[in-house]
Formats: sequence, structure tokens, C-alpha cells
Amino acid sequence: MGMPNVNRSLKRRVAVVGAGMTKFVRRAQETGKELSFEAASMALETCDLTLNDVDCVVHGTAPDSFDGVHMKGEYLADGSGAWRKPYTRCYVGGGTGVYAPIHGWYHVASGLFDICLVVCEEKMSSCQPHPQGAFLTIFDHTIERPLGPNLLWIFAMEMNRYMNTYGLKKEDIALVSVKNKRNAADHPCSLLGNADITLDDVLNSEVLAWPVQRLDVSPITDGAVALVLAAEHVAQRISDKPVWIEGVGWNLDTAYWTNRDLCYPRYVENAARMAYDMAGITEPRKQIHIAEPYDPFNYKELHHLEGLQLFDRGKAPEATALGITQRDGDLPVCPSGGLLGVGNPIAAAGLMKVAELFWQLREEAGARQVPGQPKRGVAQAWGDLMQVGTVVVMGT
Amino acid sequence: MSKNVAIVGIGYTSFRPLTPEVSYKELMFEAAVKAYEDAGVDPRRDVDSFVTIAEDFVEGTSIFDEYVPDQLGGLLKPNVTIPGEAIHGLATAYMQIASGLFDIVVVEAHSKASNVLTLPHITAYAMDPVLNRPLGANPVFIAGMEMSRYLWASGASREQCAQVVVKNKRNALHNPTAAYGASIEAQAVLHAEMVSYPLTVQDISSHADGAIVLVLASAGVAESLTDVPIWIRGIGWCNDASSLETRAWGRAIYAEGAGKRAYEMAGIRNPMEEVDFAEIDDGYSYKELQHLEALGFCLFGEAGYLTAEGVTGTDGYLPVNVSGGSLGGGDLLDASGLRAVAEVVLQLRGEAGSHQLPEVETGLAFGWRGVPTTSGAAVVLNN
Repeated sequence: MGMPNVNRSLKRRVAVVGAGMTKFVRRAQETGKELSFEAASMALETCDLTLNDVDCVVHGTAPDSFDGVHMKGEYLADGSGAWRKPYTRCYVGGGTGVYAPIHGWYHVASGLFDICLVVCEEKMSSCQPHPQGAFLTIFDHTIERPLGPNLLWIFAMEMNRYMNTYGLKKEDIALVSVKNKRNAADHPCSLLGNADITLDDVLNSEVLAWPVQRLDVSPITDGAVALVLAAEHVAQRISDKPVWIEGVGWNLDTAYWTNRDLCYPRYVENAARMAYDMAGITEPRKQIHIAEPYDPFNYKELHHLEGLQLFDRGKAPEATALGITQRDGDLPVCPSGGLLGVGNPIAAAGLMKVAELFWQLREEAGARQVPGQPKRGVAQAWGDLMQVGTVVVMGT
Repeated sequence: MSKNVAIVGIGYTSFRPLTPEVSYKELMFEAAVKAYEDAGVDPRRDVDSFVTIAEDFVEGTSIFDEYVPDQLGGLLKPNVTIPGEAIHGLATAYMQIASGLFDIVVVEAHSKASNVLTLPHITAYAMDPVLNRPLGANPVFIAGMEMSRYLWASGASREQCAQVVVKNKRNALHNPTAAYGASIEAQAVLHAEMVSYPLTVQDISSHADGAIVLVLASAGVAESLTDVPIWIRGIGWCNDASSLETRAWGRAIYAEGAGKRAYEMAGIRNPMEEVDFAEIDDGYSYKELQHLEALGFCLFGEAGYLTAEGVTGTDGYLPVNVSGGSLGGGDLLDASGLRAVAEVVLQLRGEAGSHQLPEVETGLAFGWRGVPTTSGAAVVLNN
């Protein structure tokens, strides 16, 4: 088994040169096409490009069952700017948002294209009465679906396992919700930003599936995010501050999630090691200045920080309590406000994390800007049946 | 035209209308084991990355991606699903290698169409939910409208389209993996039950189940693995408008765009002279003609005449769908393009057995995603 063999003779450097994002909202009045259009147009405007400059388009969006649109990628194509252009959709469940820029990366790194528009869109509010219903269809049709499981239950199991393994209390984990929802108060696109939220608010929120409570979980959200990627020779010409994609990694574990120890995401570790290896990172704790790990649940931020090798196993809660992961801490984590604060339109939320690194590394993050001129960051997403890790390392 | 990525292994199941004795996982496993044996690779040790082609609604599972790695030997390795035509998946694998990231990448595509009891209803969910779905049209209606427009604009006839069906079903008789081989006359196509004018039931390919796996490798690795690497010389893909209201109805713009890119990359100026044979989408009879024209093998309106004259027959100047295509082999949904690629590889290796073409060096495969999409991908291969 072991690590994927990464060939280090990479041919071309690829930069992010523009980013755009819609507001993340509970019920968008726009169609999915319109949300895609809004984010894509904004991304192109920020780097003074037009659709004529774009060589290819890639799209990331999570299950078709949210919108009830079969071949959703095809439906969203023209809204995303792919009219009469090469276009593909990539898909790794909840990991899609951070995979999409990887998909875009090799479009450019392979030498086939110079400028690639990456769009991620999610419209969950179309799914009535609640998208959890759509999630019933992600389980094994023979073994699991007859039990009627939903995502909250299996994540509650994983959270329990994590707490039990390391002797953690709910308070240790709830601090992540407080931090991220406060951070999101500074994000103009956020759905659940709250500068005044307290630990008690989280601990006293409604129990959904013990130990998961309402404020431990990110909300149902609609929204879209887009990035513009460019090959080195183009990026140097059109941008004063290109942010380079230095490393990419992704990894998928077995569908039989009941067969593995849920206390540690080994697939995230593999994905991170692949990306670090490509980026030449040997000591991530020193060489990474900002982290945007996937935080659909508060314990997942901690879980993923450990998988990303940024803290020892079981130690991320302690670091959180010490304030190390605050925006002005030694390792700012989810300075955007993350999924818990900004919102969780699945694929768009993942790409929002990569966009946040772009803005932070260019020092354009406004009130969210982390101090100390950060030079390198990591973004990560997670999905499928607690099974996939996708990682992007970016630097100036 | 650089040699940087080659196909070094292929594996496939036979393609059949029904496969009640196996699951989709078993179909994938069978094709994968054969492909790894053919390439001489161990998936756990040698393969760097896996690409699967799948759409949730036809799989009956949301986030189908979850159920891929186990039966391919891809656990704890990079895996991604491309909800596209299988040649989009091939392009993804190509780019993963051409970028310098990986040396060996596996591409898998499958169809378990027999599991889908209400495919037209599923396909109807691909229609724009605001503007088109309320009209309640069966998706085949779109193909019928397009065929009407194509016949009107190109001057092709229903008889010429029927010749495509006759040819491909006959070709399929010589292909042991094809599901729908038959010896029929054009009159039988024209007078078959009308589904959506001018498409009769014989103009429409029937579904089949099956799986195909390809192993791709970078140049250096390919030459160490096999004496007969089949090189990807050009690959291209393109979408037209997804909205029904704003697309070109007579012409297959997506095929023009995909072919143009593939040819540019392969350095091909005159496809009719430089490509020896083609496996191109024939999900509906008229599509083979429309795609032949869009891919630059002849001018708009000429493909019907070329077909009637036998140019695209097995003994013709440009054999098209010698395998039987989808009309003769069965429509594998998005996997059809990968079967086309596997057929081109077999021909270029000289391993196509009873339907081997003599002295072929360059072949083209083209796939289209079917109604209501305008999404297609083309690849040029040579030996």
C-alpha cells in the first residue's frame, strides 16, 4: 500500500491570479447557473480577464441529488463560462472543493492550457425538506441503506471515537465553533458569523445526535466560488501578486468505513504528505503559516489538523485552548471563519478555503488578515464516507 | 507530436443487455484484473492514481466515488471520479501524467444500465429544471428534433441514417463482445416502430452492461512495460451550450471543438488522409454522420453519401465503428467512449481478431454524452 509514487519532474508552475465568491446564504434566489456566473465573472474581473482569455473551465459540485439535476455539471456548464470551451466536472464528494483547483492545476501543468477557470457551486436549499434526505442515498444500498442512517449519526460516531480515544470533553471541541463563528463575523460573505458567540452558546445548543449539537455543525448553504489559474509565463504578465500552487495531494480510503479506526484520518495524512512532498515541505509545523482545514463539524477541524501533521494526534484541542489557532496565534486556523462560520455550500465551501489562502497570502483579506506577512498556507477538504482527503499547498 | 503518454494495458468484460449474475463492482473487478495482467502491473504497488467515470443518478448512489477504490485496488491512493464522457476521464489521466505528477494512472468506466428501471425518467432530470423540465418531454424527443434539423440542414436522408444501423449491426456480428449484432436491411430500420420522428426504435442504440479499464503510463515507463505502447497523440474535448435554447441544432459544435484540439495536438491537418479508422459515437444513427462531418472527415452533408457508398465500411477507405459501435455493441452510457478507445488500441496492436483491420497506424475515438448534453471528447492514438 504505502504512499503514492509522486514523480517530482513537474513541468510547469501554476499560479492563482484571481478569485471571486458569492454571498453564502440559506436560500439563494438565483439558480445554480446564476450563482456560478456571479462567482466566475467576479474572479475574471479581479484579474482583468474576460471569458475570451479562458482556455478551459473545470467545475466542482457535490451530489446531483441536492438540486435534483442529473448530470449537474452539464447543466451548470454555460453558467460557468464553458460555452464552446473544453469543460469537465470533477467529483470526490465533500472533498470536491479542494479537488477542483487540483483538477485545474493539471490542466495547466500538463501544458495543454494556459488559463483555466475553476468554478465550484452548490445549491442545497432546493432539497426539501432537508438535504439530509439526499444523504440517505450515499450509503451502501445493500448493507447500510436499510438501516436508514444519516450523516449526523455517522459523524457523531466518529466524534465519539475521537473524544473517547484522547479523553476529550465537549468543551475542548466547542472552542472551534466559537473561534470560527467569531472569525466569520469579519467575512462579508458569511452566513453564520457571530462576533459575540460564547462557549456556553455552543454547549447549550440543541442536541442533534449526541455528541453533536446544533452549533457543532455547519449550516445548509447556497453559494459559489471561482478561481482563475494561469501558467507561469502568463501569470507573471497579468498579475503583480500571483500565488503559486506549490503542492497538491488527494487520497481515498475504502468504502467500508466500519472497518477502520475512526479516530485518525489516514487518508488526510497521505494526501498531505503527497502535497508536502511536491512542495518540498519537510517540517510542516514550521513551513506552513496558515491552515484552512475542512470544518463542517467542529471536531473535524481538530481531526484534520492532526491528519495534516500540524499537531500530534490528540493534541489539536489543547492547541486550540491555548489560542495557537486564533487568527493572531502561532498557526492561524480557518481565519476565514470556515464552514462553521462562513457556511457550507459543499464544493463551494472547499474552494472558499483555497480562495481564502489566495487573499491572505496577497494580504488582501481585510479585517480577516492574519498578521506577520504569511508566505505559505494549506487548504484541505474531506468527504465521501469519512474517506477522502484533498490538499492544496499555496505560497507566494 | 510528442510521445509522452501511452496506453499500456486494456481490460474489458463482454457487453451484454443483462448481467443479473454480477454487480457493478464485479464488472469493474473483472475488467481491472484483465487490464493489470495485460499491462503487467500490480495496482497496489505500481499504480499512482485512479480515475473513474460515473454519474450518481444512473448508479443509483449519491457520491458514487465512495464505492470505487476497493474493487480497483486503489485503497489509500489518489482516486477521482469524472462525471463526464469516458474520454474526459482519459483526458484527466493524460493530464495527471503529462504534468509530471504521476507515471502510471488507471482509467475505469462501466455501465450497469440494466439496473436502471426508468432511464428516460432519470435522463429527464438532466433537463433545465426551470425552463425545460415543466414541458414534460421525453429526452429522446430532443434527439428526434435534432435529427430533423440535421436532415433538413445537411440534406442527408433517413435512408442514409438507416445504412449506419445496417453497417454497425453487421460489424457487431464479427465482434465477440458486442451485444446487438444482426444482419438487417435498411427497410427494417425505416419501418420499425417510430419513437420520436424521424427516429425509429432501430435508429436508437439499446443499452448494455460492461466495464472497461485502461492503464496509462509516461513515456519512459511505457517502454519498459510493453513492446507495443499505443501513444496518445492528441486529445480534445468541448461543450456547446447546455441550454436547449442557445445551442446549434444541426451541427455538432462540441465534436468540431474536440476534434480540432485533438488534431492540433497530434499535428493532423487532413483527418481523412491521416487517420486510418475511427470509432465514433453512434448512440443514434444520425449521430455517426453528424460526428463524422464535425470531426472533419468530410464536409457537412457528405457523410450520408460516403456511408451509402461504403467508404465507412470495413473494407472502405475510412472504416468507422468496425467494432459495431453502440448500435451494434450496445450503448454503455458514459462508458461507450472507453470501449471505443479499447477497440482502437486492439486494432493498433493487431489484436482485434475476427474484426482486425489490415495495416492501421492511426485511429480516432470520439464519445458524446448523449441527450440532452452537448459534451464530447476525442482522442487520436497511434502505434
